[in-house]
Amino acid sequence: MTSERADYADLPGAAGYGESEAIQKSYLRAGHTLRSWFLTTDHKRIAILYLISVTFFFFVGGAAAALIRADLLTPQGDLLSNEGYNRAFTLHGVIMVWFFLIPSIPTTFGNFLIPLMIGARDLAFPRLNLLSWYIYVLGGLCTIYVLISGGVDTGWTFYTPLSSMFSNGHVVMAATAVFIVGFSSILTGLNFIVTVHKLRCPGMSWGRLPLFVWSHYATSVILVLATPVLSITLALIAAERVFQLGIFDPALGGDPLLYQHLFWFYSHPAVYIMVLPALGVISELITAAARKPIFGYWFVAGSSIAIALLAFLVWGHHMFVAGQSMYASEIFSFLSLAVAVPSGIKVYNWTATLYKGHISLDPPFLFAMGFVGLFVVGGLTGLILAMVAIDVHVHDTYFVVAHFHYIMVGGTVSAFFGALHYWWPKITGRLYNLVWGRVTAVLIFVGFNLTFFPQFILGYLGMPRRYHVYDPHLQVLNDMSSSGAAILAVAYLIPFVYLFYSLRYSPAAPANPWDVTGLEWTVPSPPPKHNFDEIPVVTTKPYNYPVEQKGDGDA
Amino acid sequence: MPDEALHVHEPYQTAAQQAEADTMGMYVFLATEVMLFGGLFAAALMLRTVHHDEVIAASRQLHIWIGTANTVLLLTSSLFVATAVVAARTGTRRLCAGGLIGGAVLGLCFMALKAVEYYSEYREGHLPGFGLPAHFSNGAEHLFMNLYLIATGLHAFHLAVGIVLLLSLAARVLWTSFPLPERSITVTLFGLYWHLVDVIWIFLFPVLYLAR
Repeated sequence: MTSERADYADLPGAAGYGESEAIQKSYLRAGHTLRSWFLTTDHKRIAILYLISVTFFFFVGGAAAALIRADLLTPQGDLLSNEGYNRAFTLHGVIMVWFFLIPSIPTTFGNFLIPLMIGARDLAFPRLNLLSWYIYVLGGLCTIYVLISGGVDTGWTFYTPLSSMFSNGHVVMAATAVFIVGFSSILTGLNFIVTVHKLRCPGMSWGRLPLFVWSHYATSVILVLATPVLSITLALIAAERVFQLGIFDPALGGDPLLYQHLFWFYSHPAVYIMVLPALGVISELITAAARKPIFGYWFVAGSSIAIALLAFLVWGHHMFVAGQSMYASEIFSFLSLAVAVPSGIKVYNWTATLYKGHISLDPPFLFAMGFVGLFVVGGLTGLILAMVAIDVHVHDTYFVVAHFHYIMVGGTVSAFFGALHYWWPKITGRLYNLVWGRVTAVLIFVGFNLTFFPQFILGYLGMPRRYHVYDPHLQVLNDMSSSGAAILAVAYLIPFVYLFYSLRYSPAAPANPWDVTGLEWTVPSPPPKHNFDEIPVVTTKPYNYPVEQKGDGDA
Repeated sequence: MPDEALHVHEPYQTAAQQAEADTMGMYVFLATEVMLFGGLFAAALMLRTVHHDEVIAASRQLHIWIGTANTVLLLTSSLFVATAVVAARTGTRRLCAGGLIGGAVLGLCFMALKAVEYYSEYREGHLPGFGLPAHFSNGAEHLFMNLYLIATGLHAFHLAVGIVLLLSLAARVLWTSFPLPERSITVTLFGLYWHLVDVIWIFLFPVLYLAR
């Protein structure tokens, strides 16, 4: 064992619990006015602004989910009216997809870490970065307006002709909100692409980029190329509703299926926007936990790119029962199955990385393990859904709901919390209570499975999604799911307590509390305003941990 | 060059690195624009495939001579803007501003002709969505005109943004100490945007007008 990781009690500065020198010189102390935060161009401060905003929307969307699960406790739908239920799941979907999942990891951890990881002083376009946050907030305000003025009932998919002709909710306002927030995504993606290309420090070749950066690069490509298609699609919906300029209206010779094609051309890649950054986080967490070089660096990096490319070719699997050509369905089915290859490469390589590693059961590792388990279940059920014959049976049932929640909530949200626990000392300069971190990781895993595993069975038994009045013999499974949701809600709230507690009462973090590699751990915690006093020069591969040879003995 | 160093912003070490990043950023942005219009072209492709004959009939009703004149105007405007870019790189301020203004004026001419075209279509009852009961011989024609209005409208919006950009840049070149040729990259980038708006029209023109 070569690790010399000290226990927290022994750390210098731990005794006083006061402010370390690093904190006093850090970006957090580079100005205390509101102006210094709201007009900042520092990527680290913008990341904090994003962290606060996406967390806010996570809990708004979570509140909608709580309403849904409470309503489903009884088969008659006692809590919400039919209309109210439709509005609750629509807002849950819209807020979670566009205001939490898509921006979550890239705009917070990506924003904070990419310049630090590649040895740059900021992103390529710092002012654009700030602008993207303001655009996000503007879109968020539109959503809040929709929320308090009565909501929208189309589902997050805005399918026509329901959304363009029949829905009586605030469709145009909701579409505007998503349209606006799309530009925030585009600007973030653009910024990351140019940053990775042009601002790598000397010696930071493509083969030395941390895998977190590779996965964010792949994500950015999707953000930049897919989001505009959503923008134009939503603009067409609004044009149809406001000016009666029907593109999707069959009464005018239009085609509702065209809407579905355009929508899923964006929204399926969007799923990979949500999960690719999570995959990058997990690659970092697992190598850090194993303290070994990642197994098959180029395969893990390349699989991110492969996922990004395949992402654009699988949208038709959402439309197996929508009446598209059977031949098209078969091709989409095959391509969807092909996504399992790069995803599988990642999981196998993580496993091989952990093999014979010196694993410490710290919170980031536990979150990563939770991620891998849930991602595998979500991915394998994705294969089931990708087969046309089975999809016809379980299409639009809770089986689908459970599948994508395993990927998005089990996967992305676990990775979000994992990233939060791994980089918290770097971001805030404070250590936190590891025991509580472990408890949270386990509770999230247990609560999540209790919530969503019964939904696989519910779906297979035939419970359709988006229904709140259901067959009474399905009540037991629904109640299991709702009780799991309660555990999950508590597990998501606990970190608030101990992380905020750590801000004030915990010992200061050293520059490299986990004893890991990576440029971000070479600067003080929290980093100074300009990241690096001198631009670093990289001379080694990433994850350059000492590899034990046979005969080294147990040190 | 100390002058040049003044214009290097925070994350960059050299002006060249900054210019490269700016250029790449603009190209990535233009890629998003291509995808934005790509959705409309996909809709046009579907319409043309499903309703072949009706689309041809509807396309015949468009004012092809106005469309052709506008194509010439836009292509010429791109020549002016390209001249401005070359002038900016050599530091010829007046020629640079002249090229920008020339491009913007031709853009305005395009908008004026487009307005005339919209108005006559409105009078003929071919323009949907403005209250006057439009009369179409069939649904596909209606749909084609919807698509026409949305696509040309979105293009006109982009052109309007471009005109504002060119004129504001020309004003900066003429009346402020906008450093040329050090900041010629700004002119290049605005030019790239203008050319893309031009290229989009080069695709819209055959798809809408020449589908006869």
